[in-house]
Amino acid sequence: MIEIKNLTKSFQTADGSMDALKDVSLTIEDGDIFGIIGMSGAGKSTLVRCINMLERPTKGTVCIDGRDIGQLSEAELRDVRRNVTMIFQGFNLLMQRTCLKNICFPLELAGVKKDAARKRALELLDMVGLPDKAGAYPAQLSGGQQQRIAIARALATNPKILLCDEATSALDPRTTHSILELIRDINKKMGITVIVITHQMNVVEEICSHVAILDEGCVVEQGEVGEVFSSPRSKAARRLVFPENSEEILSAVPGEHRIRVVFNGAPATYMPLIARMAIEENIEANILFASTKGIGEKAYGSMLLGIPGDEDQLRRAMEYLQKVPDVLVREVSDDV
Amino acid sequence: MFDKLFAPDAIAEAVEILKGEFLLATWETIYVTVIATLFAVILGLPLGVLLVTGEKNGIRPLPKGFMHVLNVVINLLRSVPFLILMILVFPLTKLIVGTKVGTTASIVPLVIAAFPFVARLVEGSLREVNPNIIEAAQSMGASPFQIIVKVMIPESVPSLISNITIAITTILGYTAMSGIIGGGGLGKIAINYGYYRYKYLVMVFAVVLLIVLVQIFQSIGTRLAVRFDKRLKH
Repeated sequence: MIEIKNLTKSFQTADGSMDALKDVSLTIEDGDIFGIIGMSGAGKSTLVRCINMLERPTKGTVCIDGRDIGQLSEAELRDVRRNVTMIFQGFNLLMQRTCLKNICFPLELAGVKKDAARKRALELLDMVGLPDKAGAYPAQLSGGQQQRIAIARALATNPKILLCDEATSALDPRTTHSILELIRDINKKMGITVIVITHQMNVVEEICSHVAILDEGCVVEQGEVGEVFSSPRSKAARRLVFPENSEEILSAVPGEHRIRVVFNGAPATYMPLIARMAIEENIEANILFASTKGIGEKAYGSMLLGIPGDEDQLRRAMEYLQKVPDVLVREVSDDV
Repeated sequence: MFDKLFAPDAIAEAVEILKGEFLLATWETIYVTVIATLFAVILGLPLGVLLVTGEKNGIRPLPKGFMHVLNVVINLLRSVPFLILMILVFPLTKLIVGTKVGTTASIVPLVIAAFPFVARLVEGSLREVNPNIIEAAQSMGASPFQIIVKVMIPESVPSLISNITIAITTILGYTAMSGIIGGGGLGKIAINYGYYRYKYLVMVFAVVLLIVLVQIFQSIGTRLAVRFDKRLKH
């Protein structure tokens, strides 16, 4: 369990002190996939770096399994960091080492024997689906493949916690999807606690069970992903759920239900889903917001629909949309 | 002064001198250059590392005063003209080599002149390493020493090779000057025959050979730097 209590981090800038994090408290259970979402500059990266003490907090504590890691010496922290590993937006692989040697790197640091390290690295290469890339250099791989190698490297020391700092932000939607699947897989198979830092709603919706919304250094909302996103209360959360013109969307027609439809690679590109729903179910959905991308035959992105009529109508619409694979449907209530 | 440069007797005389002395002189130049570069790297590499790792936001910050002194000393050594430095370090040369003049003695001032330069070159190379990669190593529990030997230096190998090549060619240029204090090599021949005895053709040959040597060192260095750079998709 990770317990973050009253965490404050201040940076000294030219015009005085700036608080990147203000009194942040979070509890992350073992085996959870926990999302921390916020706009850029909200303090997400600082927060995640406080969890492995790459940044020392100004005030407050971070406890991992009851141990206050802020009190540890540098040498003790190095041990903790074998248990709390990290992947990054820019992958950060060693460019002059082969993939195999990159995965061996943390084992080398820990003093593991060469043969044992090599064996473990080969297993991990297999696990991330790149068994043929042992001798390749990172520059010869695509972004998604580099991130897979970085994941393998992060798993080499058998960590209990994996921190993902915008790990999919540099990847296209399809690759994002496959990397997220890999992370979810690892979480399930190895029981690793995963903390996902992102500014992308769909990432949180796709893999996280819990989420905290960070805005200007404060946690403004936290809880189960379904709860937080279906009834966003804070301004920051509403901005995420209703990305554009949120004020206008909020003043909607009374008696209209709203649902958020998320496409995580749904085979919907060649299927006029909303039009079909109108024909087959006789539900005339009102598209309030849509941002979707078709890649190949698959759709990625999200829509906000207004569904007129009663509860039954809403239920039918949700059921209809939910039948499509890789589509997530959720009611969004607008009571503030 | 160059009007009779290619007169038949001048050519014959030059060929005679060439036969007798150029092979040894070329060897001496290479020997002095390589040894001096080697020592300059041995001293300059750790200093370059300190310059990067010891600063305020480095991986192992050192006291501000120490860093200040280090920077001043390096700048100071770099600002003394080589010709004057050679004479200034006579006592040190005498202490180390036992004599102030000669080929081996010329290595001492060469090293003194080159190591601060190498330190700056190494500093530049190490600063090119992506700071995010260093952060990643820290996140995996790497100690400062491990970061230096397993991340910073290996990641900057191509750049280090390029920069050490620059150092070699610069030192090669300095060896020519060390002919003045009796340091052997092509520089000495150019000065002794060309300048003191007006055999300009010999001087021209010496210069041409120096140019050829620089070319050889440079193209080897460039080739190695490319070969060692795994960021390039071969």
